[in-house]
Amino acid sequence: MEARAATSMPPVPRQLRGGALPDWAPYGVVAGSLALSTLVLSAAGSLGVALLMVVATIVSCVAIYAWSRPVEGPKRALDRLATFTIVAAFGLALIPLISLLYQVTSRGLPGLDWEFLTGTPHGIINGGGAAHAIVGTIVITGVAALISVPIGIMAAIYLNEYGAGRLARALTFFVDVMTGIPSIVAGLFAYALFAIFLGPGIRLGVMGSVALSVLMVPIVIRSAEEVLKVVPDHLREAAYALGTPKWKTIVKVVLPTAFAGLVTGVMIAIARIVGETAPLLVTTGVVDSINTNPFQGRMQNLAVYAYSEYRTPGIHKTDSYDRAWAAALTLIVIVMLLNVAARLVYRRYRTEIR
Amino acid sequence: MEARADTTTNAGQVLAMASGARRAGGDRVFSYLSIAAGVTILALLAGVALFLIVEAMPAITADSAKLPEGKGLIEYVAPLAFGTVLAATLAVVLAVPLAVAVAIFISHIAPRRLVLVLGFFVDMLAAVPSVVYGLWGIFVLGPAAVPVLEWLEQKLGFIPFFAGPASVTGRTMLVAGLVLTVMILPIVSAVAREVFSQTPRRLQEGALALGATRWEMIRMTVVPFGRSSVISGAMLGLGRALGETMAVTIILSVSGIVTFNLISQSNPSTIAANIALEFPESSGIAVNALIASGLALFAITLVTNLIARAIIARRGVG
Repeated sequence: MEARAATSMPPVPRQLRGGALPDWAPYGVVAGSLALSTLVLSAAGSLGVALLMVVATIVSCVAIYAWSRPVEGPKRALDRLATFTIVAAFGLALIPLISLLYQVTSRGLPGLDWEFLTGTPHGIINGGGAAHAIVGTIVITGVAALISVPIGIMAAIYLNEYGAGRLARALTFFVDVMTGIPSIVAGLFAYALFAIFLGPGIRLGVMGSVALSVLMVPIVIRSAEEVLKVVPDHLREAAYALGTPKWKTIVKVVLPTAFAGLVTGVMIAIARIVGETAPLLVTTGVVDSINTNPFQGRMQNLAVYAYSEYRTPGIHKTDSYDRAWAAALTLIVIVMLLNVAARLVYRRYRTEIR
Repeated sequence: MEARADTTTNAGQVLAMASGARRAGGDRVFSYLSIAAGVTILALLAGVALFLIVEAMPAITADSAKLPEGKGLIEYVAPLAFGTVLAATLAVVLAVPLAVAVAIFISHIAPRRLVLVLGFFVDMLAAVPSVVYGLWGIFVLGPAAVPVLEWLEQKLGFIPFFAGPASVTGRTMLVAGLVLTVMILPIVSAVAREVFSQTPRRLQEGALALGATRWEMIRMTVVPFGRSSVISGAMLGLGRALGETMAVTIILSVSGIVTFNLISQSNPSTIAANIALEFPESSGIAVNALIASGLALFAITLVTNLIARAIIARRGVG
């Protein structure tokens, strides 16, 4: 190649003649930069994980460019620099997640004991647990799901099976609008709704459920619409051809086919709302005892509990903070389990559509 | 898609009619039920606006002396609105470049086998409850940021944003903005990722065939193709950041002033954080004033989201 270019053709541009860095070059540069930065920083006596990462990233970006440019030319050098920068940015985006998961786990585990799961607070005296908050979370989220799931799935059926014309277009548009409602505004709405009928200052578990429904309904509709859409039309047509009425086709053919997807969507929607704090802060209030009746009195839940243990700690601040972290850990575990379970349900039970 | 749905709808109706009135009755009930669900949702949304207005009314019409802090409603909400917009803008400015990089990484650079897993990790960022972000921000990120804040004050103090004096607790607008950045990153990058991966193959392969490197191909085909979607994703992220409550409530040490100083002890509050802080202890007209501020927040986020949707609709993703 090179020989021919030299004899019979005008000079081939440098990047086509192709000097190239070895395959291991990027990894080598990263390892080298890390080692070099560690050495320099520890010599300067300021070795910290964050600083090391920053310095090593900059050093390796400079190094790969400086190495690649004379060998591969400016085009490829820029390509390598861009790739390095993008990978570094991705790493940067993951750091908060890793740090957060690590911190929540390490700070939350000490407080997460049997008493935390089964006890209730002892006023400002130390100790006690979050059983009341766990019960409250289950009740409030459960009622919210009872409200949102039927409405959401029926609306998705309307949009996908019946909808045409003005109502469908308006619904699609306003569901989009609804996904953008700030959670605190949903809370204020629920408060305003109940305050008008039951008087100001009212706090009830069910108010929290209504607030959460405002946030949950659009999520359920979106995901349900998505899975109903992929139910193939030939299934519906086969049912019609057998003389099945439309509603029975939906109930017996469309919904069972989409069932796994629907369940997955609902679980993800629940995961999304179970950790909501702000709307519950203004609707369900704060309380120290177990309350299982959403229609009577204040109700605690895990997210608000974590917040109020931080905001108004007991006499021993650190113990309160421990409980706040334990509540945070419990919440994260619940959210992760719901997410993973949703995926498993989908894999295990989805109907293969050919 | 719509056309196809229409034909099956007609076929279903024809067959249903053909198979007897009783069955058509069942059909009618079911279709009314589904319409009722749709109408309920529209009513719910109208209710949100309506009930907020009704409960905000007393504060809007009240004598300004009776309102909290003895100021007019506009003067009460304006500094909060300023803080809200400042925090959210900061978050979007920081999040968009990062989100674009993350999206490019996942759609064009990461090994194919890893794409699902990496996408899952980024989505996990969105799944973490906001109260947990708040605790993380005040106990972990805040203290860790203190040396950085001091450095900013010393080296870049001539810029108004970093005028200082640097906070010793890290409970500053900059830290709150950083946490908001992390929280909206998944939304912005999800929108960007979706569109980047839809860049027509022929454009990408054409660029590569003309001798472009991968980065040049991305810069010349993928980025221009996705630009408007990145903007609408940024608007969606802005909407989320404007309404985000708990992280700001927990992290920010507020004093109700109006300042662009991002690293000091005294910061403007945000509408949402102010509601979360004041609402549990308020009664009477103060509650109405808070609801009025919530109405303002609703309006701001609504406009932001409508702009985002309009950009998406005009482009016609797909």
